[in-house]
Order: sequence, then C-alpha cells, then structure tokens
Amino acid sequence: MTAASTKTLLDPLFESNPIALQVLGICSALAVTTKLETALVMCVAVISVLALSNVSISLLRNFIPGNVRIIVQLTIIASLVIMTDQVLKAYIYEISKQLSVFVGLIITNCIIMGRAEAYAMQNGPFDSLLDGIGNGLGYSAILMATAFLRELLAQGTVFGAVVLPKVHDGGWYNPNGLLGISAGAFFIIGLFIWALRSWKTDQVEPEG
Amino acid sequence: MRHNALYTILFSGAVCVACAVLVSSAAVSLKENQLRNAALDKQRNVLFAAGLAQAGESLDANEVQRRFEGIRSVVIDLRTGERTDIDPIGFDQAKAAKDPATSREAPENRASVKRLPDHALVYEVMDGERPSMAVVPIEGYGLWSTLYGFLAVGQDGNTVRGITYYQHGETPGLGGEVDNPKWKSLWPGRKIYGAAGDPAIRVIKGAAGSPADAPHEVDGLTGATITSNGVTSMLDFWLGDSGFKNYLRQFQEGQAL
Repeated sequence: MTAASTKTLLDPLFESNPIALQVLGICSALAVTTKLETALVMCVAVISVLALSNVSISLLRNFIPGNVRIIVQLTIIASLVIMTDQVLKAYIYEISKQLSVFVGLIITNCIIMGRAEAYAMQNGPFDSLLDGIGNGLGYSAILMATAFLRELLAQGTVFGAVVLPKVHDGGWYNPNGLLGISAGAFFIIGLFIWALRSWKTDQVEPEG
Repeated sequence: MRHNALYTILFSGAVCVACAVLVSSAAVSLKENQLRNAALDKQRNVLFAAGLAQAGESLDANEVQRRFEGIRSVVIDLRTGERTDIDPIGFDQAKAAKDPATSREAPENRASVKRLPDHALVYEVMDGERPSMAVVPIEGYGLWSTLYGFLAVGQDGNTVRGITYYQHGETPGLGGEVDNPKWKSLWPGRKIYGAAGDPAIRVIKGAAGSPADAPHEVDGLTGATITSNGVTSMLDFWLGDSGFKNYLRQFQEGQAL
C-alpha cells in the first residue's frame, strides 16, 4: 500500500476524525453507546455502509448528473442501509432489537453523505473504499471508547461481564446514572474532543 | 458535468430500479429468517416469564421448541374470556389491535393503551391434561416507550409466577432495570387481586418485603418512578375488566379446559 493510501485510511482516526474534528454523526453516537455490544454492531454496520456507499458512488461519479447528485447519493445510501438492517434482523435479532431505529437512521448519519460528497465524487473506487473504511474506523474509535466508559461507569460491566459489582447486586459500586442517559455521552465526547485538540493543536478552531 | 434533461431522468430511473431490485431481493430472501427470529424471540420470552428458562440462559431454536412442547397457545375472546377456535398460528395480536374490524377503542386508562383487540393470544403451560399456568401478554407506556412483556399467572388465576419484558426503550440502568433478573425474581408469589376482586398488585416506592408480608406490592425501580408506575398501570389495565380478568377467573375455575 502506498503512503498516500495509508494516509487516506488512517488520517480519519485522529487527524480528521469525523466525530471529534468534523463533529458529524453525534446523534447515533449518543444513542447506541450505552453498551459496548450495541456500539460494536453499530460500528460494523456504519463501516460497511460507508465503504460500500463510497465505492458505488465513486464508480458512478462520472455518470451522475450534477443537478441530481445529492438525491442519487441518498438513494444509494438508503438502499444500503435498508439491506444492512435486514441482514441484522435476520442474523442477530437480539442486538438489532436493541439498536431499534438507529440502524435505519444511519441514512441520516452525516458522515456517510459527507464522505460521498466530499471524497467519493472526486476519487477512484479504491481510494474511496479506503476513505470509507478509514472514516468508519474513526467513528468507531470514538463510539467504542464512549461505550466502554458509559457501560463501565453506568452499569459496572464491560461487554456484559461484571467488572464493578453494583451496590444493589450486593457489590460496592454505586453506578453513575448520568452516563446511562444520552446526555452523559455529551460529556464524554466533549472530553475526547478537548483531549484530542490539546494534543493536536492545529485542530483548534480560531476564535471570533 | 453537464447532461441534458433526458439523460438525468433516465439515469435517475435506472438508479431507482437497481436500488429497488437490491432492496427487495434482500427483503424477500431474508424474510423467512427474520420471521423465525421474531417468533423464536417471543417464545423464548414466554419461557422466561413462565420460569421454564433462567435469565441469561441462551436457548437455540431446538431447545426452545423442546421446552415449548408442554405449552398450548390459545386465542381467547378478550371480552368473555372464553377460548375460540381461531388458529394461534398466524394470529397476530398487534395487527388485530390495529384493525378496526377486530378491535375497539380502549376505555380510558393510565397505561396509554389506545386500542383493544377482540381476541388475545395466551399461552397455557400444561401439566398433563390440565393447564397449570397461564402466560398473558401485557403492554403499556413507561417513561419513553411502550413496554411489551408477558406475565405468568398460576393455576389459581391470582398468583404471579413470573414477569418479563421483551421490548422497551427505557433508560438503561434506570427504567431499563425491568430486565434485571434480580428485580424480576421479586415477582413470583405475589397476588394479583385484592379483596374486592380488582387488581391490587402494584409497584411501590422503596422496598416491599417478601410475598408473605406484602402480597400485593413489589419493590420500585430505583430512579425510575415513572417506569415503575407504568408497570403498575399496565397490570391494572390488563388484569382488569377490559383485560384478562374474565379469562383468569375461568382459568381458575377450571372451565378453561
């Protein structure tokens, strides 16, 4: 793999993270991060949709008429999301039930259309694939870290296994209810953005 | 890139057709699997409510099938509580509740149930020839969402044998604790009906004590008063006159044979 391709794949992890730098896809990041298990499935779903949509849109980029391009992108993305949702319902029903509407709402996840419009429309299919996977991974990194903290501090578990026994189960840990609700994820994501921008100061937006 | 209008229309049409074909073939080819999963999930939860499966136990399709052998599915008339000849296979209570021809408007209730189906699907756990337990569906509004579950009632039509929720969107860790096996284990042994014959069982604030001390009360969920009240409201409704009261009375009298 060339240096440029590696950059396409790995940059979205920290350099241009879709959640932390571009602040996209926040809605689902709040909703599905109460548990690691649901967050993981959501990440896989988003990576697949993002990779496939980037590739298909990149393949069609020279044929898509400019004046209807957004709606064509949306049609392709929506079809991929519905298919993903169907597959989840058919094979991992339990988890798909917990994710409920949020898989369907991948359609409105700005990261996917953002990448289609900003990258896949200008670049070849292979680079677009890498860009899709890279951005998916960037989204997943934040999601998994948030879910890890939320599940651990709100429920005392990691992937469902008890790490901090809760008081009302006979243990000593008094769970943090705030992190159990969606607002709690705002604090965690906010702290991540703060940490990332303290490390990479060029990401700080100029004031005024 | 500039294209003429005809090209744009043809291109859009082609994209639509291609996407439609992909989506519908995925939907059709996976449908069987999905329906099987949904049915299995429901059966699994009937087993949980009836105490025939333990929390956390993962049951595959064969195991669910095997344990379900001693369970009879029956469609009852919700008004009279009598059994009907309607085939339980293919009976969809949620659909029946939506269709004006097979449902009516529910009386005012705190569980926010809007429509009441004429018929309901119940499960009877058989002990030889005689049903020993009835598992009835319950649903009602909590804080954020409608909770769907099952309540298992013993042979006397009055003693709770178990409760489980298979679908809800309550706050994890707070209202979502309706899934907590510890909380669910507080239910067996509680009595449903009070002296006047109306549902008396309720979820209170704080701890209720053992079934012998507080036959009609169950511990509240910490930090989830509204969900707890929702559970009380839905039991009040579904075990009351519009719900399964008639059926449970007949069940207890043994007429339900």
